[in-house]
Amino acid sequence: MKIAVSAVGNTLEAQVDRRFGRCAYFLIVDSETLEFDAFSNEASSAMGGAGIQAAQMIAKKEAKVVITGNVGPNAYGTLSAAGIEIITGASGTIREAVEKYKKGELKKTGAPTVKGHFGMGGGQGQGRGKQR
Amino acid sequence: MILSIASGKGGTGKTTVAVNMALSLENVQLLDCDVEEPNDHLLLQPKIEETFPVYVRVPNINLEKCDYCAKCAEFCAFNALFVANKQIMVFPEICHNCGGCTIVCPRKAISEKRRKIGRVKKGFADGVELVFGELSVGEPMAVPVIREVKRQMRDDRNVIVDSPPGTACPVVESVYGSDYCVLVTEPTPFGLYDLKIAVEVIEKLKIPFGVVVNQAGIGDRKVYEYCKENQIPVLLEIPYSRRIAELYSSGIPFVLEMPEWREKFQELFSAVERRASG
Repeated sequence: MKIAVSAVGNTLEAQVDRRFGRCAYFLIVDSETLEFDAFSNEASSAMGGAGIQAAQMIAKKEAKVVITGNVGPNAYGTLSAAGIEIITGASGTIREAVEKYKKGELKKTGAPTVKGHFGMGGGQGQGRGKQR
Repeated sequence: MILSIASGKGGTGKTTVAVNMALSLENVQLLDCDVEEPNDHLLLQPKIEETFPVYVRVPNINLEKCDYCAKCAEFCAFNALFVANKQIMVFPEICHNCGGCTIVCPRKAISEKRRKIGRVKKGFADGVELVFGELSVGEPMAVPVIREVKRQMRDDRNVIVDSPPGTACPVVESVYGSDYCVLVTEPTPFGLYDLKIAVEVIEKLKIPFGVVVNQAGIGDRKVYEYCKENQIPVLLEIPYSRRIAELYSSGIPFVLEMPEWREKFQELFSAVERRASG
């Protein structure tokens, strides 16, 4: 089974990126063999709808599970619609997160864990309050 | 003549300058493009003669025709469409209303439906025709409402465009097409910082511009030094004055009580006309 993990780097030893839509990389990891492909996340610089774009990419890669730190409402809605299981609150390296998931130590979330624009740092997001 | 009044910083006095200038001139149309917080009507108290809704067009999916090919989602630069697992989702608040998805859909499964995002009001007060927009609460995109306000522009009048603060899309939409732009600032570090950003934007748009310093007398001289170094004309100073502040806080345009200021605004407008044509 393919698991998508948001990551700050492009190896299994990289840390889990706690942002979903605007994370640096996605690793698509085979849960059995731990073979993986790393993709730099094009949605990280999206003008808007980064969570939606990232979810679209992950659905296309046919991942069945997403492991990340937090998901916003649009990422949650789209991943759920795509039938993808969403695991939040993950930390440590990608390898550790996948191992923990396999042991059943990570819980799936039934709701968004943050509001929109969570991963946008101090900057103003598209359409948040006044557009500046 | 189309004159826009802008500023990087909020609260510098754009509305004060726009309204008082409008009241000092003949044959004026004032467009309040600060559609998130239009204030010109509070000072002018116009009789509203016309109100109409502003719609944007967002995709409407015909699920009988859609085969979930996702070409629409791939096309959308703003990710307003999502397709996976034989499902399609539309995010109308993110949609920038370009209509591209309806064109790229190979099965013609996408039509457009109207979505109301605000309204435009028109009225008259003291000979000034005022047009202003109101963006509905919770709507993230001001630009379509600003566009509708500007569509009411008349070419047989002097037009004053009161821009929202800031330097992003709503400001660009407001000042675009102006013959001249007046940047209102205050002589403080905050005013200066935001003025510099606003200058960058107006220079990119290639609109001739000058500065009006409001609340002159407070703060420091750095705004003046910056303008001098960069050969930006300081067209008018409005002093930090108790009388002006009192009138403002009662919602009264100060030219109505201080008629000597009409002439100063007329001179400002003449100076702007000269600079715009020269």
